[in-house]
Amino acid sequence: MLDLWYHAVDFLPGDWTRFIFMKQALLAILLVMPPLSLLGVLVVNHRMAFFSDVIGHSALTGLAIGTLCGLVDPSPAMPAFAALLAVLVSLLKRFTRASTDTVIAVIFALVVSAGVVLLSRGGGFAKYTPFLIGDFLTLAPVQLARLAVVSLLVGLGILMLGKPLILISLSPTLARSRGIPVFAVETGFAVLVAFMVASAVPLIGILIVNSILILPAAAARLCAHNLRSYFLIALVLGLTGGVAGLLLSFYWGTASGATCSLLIAAAYLVVAFGRFRR
Amino acid sequence: MTDLPDTAKSAPLPGPLPTTPCSSCCTRIEALSVRFGAVEALHEVNLHFHCGELTLLIGPNGAGKTTLLHALLGEVPYTGRISYWDHSRRLRRPRVGYVPQRLSVDPDTPITVTDLFRISQHSLVPFPQGLMVEEALRPMAAEHLARRRLSALSGGELQRVLLALAMTPLPDILLLDEPVAGVDQAGLLLFYNLVCDLRRTHDLSILLVTHDVENAATHADRVVLLNRTILADGTPAEILTDGDRLRTLGMGWAALTKPLQRDPHA
Repeated sequence: MLDLWYHAVDFLPGDWTRFIFMKQALLAILLVMPPLSLLGVLVVNHRMAFFSDVIGHSALTGLAIGTLCGLVDPSPAMPAFAALLAVLVSLLKRFTRASTDTVIAVIFALVVSAGVVLLSRGGGFAKYTPFLIGDFLTLAPVQLARLAVVSLLVGLGILMLGKPLILISLSPTLARSRGIPVFAVETGFAVLVAFMVASAVPLIGILIVNSILILPAAAARLCAHNLRSYFLIALVLGLTGGVAGLLLSFYWGTASGATCSLLIAAAYLVVAFGRFRR
Repeated sequence: MTDLPDTAKSAPLPGPLPTTPCSSCCTRIEALSVRFGAVEALHEVNLHFHCGELTLLIGPNGAGKTTLLHALLGEVPYTGRISYWDHSRRLRRPRVGYVPQRLSVDPDTPITVTDLFRISQHSLVPFPQGLMVEEALRPMAAEHLARRRLSALSGGELQRVLLALAMTPLPDILLLDEPVAGVDQAGLLLFYNLVCDLRRTHDLSILLVTHDVENAATHADRVVLLNRTILADGTPAEILTDGDRLRTLGMGWAALTKPLQRDPHA
């Protein structure tokens, strides 16, 4: 399967196609950008951008727990811990009267400091810095397979939860009156975001992953006129920004995740400026 | 559409239960109480309304009007019971349509009226295209709004769209939570006329929460005064023209200043 992909990429122009790691990175971008950009639309619409940022940072704690448990590859510990955290936030929101923002900020402080404390024991934090900016270029085929499964699951999740979630964003009581189990949908969606974001952290990096999630949707919001075009424009922006960012990072020798994010941010500014001019 | 909570699930009532239905289609609320922590938001509410009846629910802020609607929607836990008998005198769960006061949409949100209808049909099968949405909007004089963004609608337009949505599919009970707050006079009269028509053509039970007593009273069949519990219950003429009694109940503001004029259509 993977060989077929390698041969197909050979037909593309440019000297980057000579490198297997670039072919793998391109596949990874194509797998990770669509679910992230589509999920981003729902996250922006449900005003959860802060939550998804915390989830990205909780990857540190997940990583620490995975390392402490003696896992050789601690990256699966990140989505597992993030999903757990998502359920916790959801429960806290439901059973405390504190504002959501405050609850999330407290959790942010807890997870980030706990993660850094655990990872920096014996002064060894430096070896985890790759997780801060991510790495597309040293992927194993098994990681690609895992990524494909994650994308597929998240895609299914978006199909199931997308519509009810948007209705909940508009009015929870109206959603309830249409037979939507509001708490279950919101919790399920939080878990979905956590799962996707934490799975993307090894590639895109803790510092950048939330930007990649939010930016395509933020830009699409400015030019879309209905829901379908909202999702579609976010998808196209995410994919083009992702592919262009990867290729540019190859020639510039920069971190891929941040380069993609910078390109999509530039697209956002162009769109925002265009609207401002009108 | 939500079903009301299963009556069997709610706590048993003390004493004999007057649960016999009346002669026609109706909803009966018995000894309904809602508690939020130490605060009792509703205390022993008893209410009985028929199908085809427009009931006006009025009370001061914090009186528990919205809480009562939420209990009917099954959104807050309550004690007591809510029963519904349909036209064939069967006891069953009613379908409840709900018109919220407003939607939370940010100014830029690219969600159109058609999108709102699509996301309200929560199934994996795509909703049939445009046509059906416009058909649902037509009785509310809103079919031209199908492609408009929710954020671009005026208060009155949004309320007509939400009313059309609440009527698709047809509910047994329609709950309207301060639907005319922020709607201009012309939009307001149009909205009341539509609600009145719906009551007659579909024989709906309509529960309308509003502060706009003056306009709503001309269309209502019943007026219920609520402040944590039912204070008074009767026809608009009985309740709203008795200024002295309203003042003793602390609701002098609800007294009609002009003589009550029944809407000839109502």
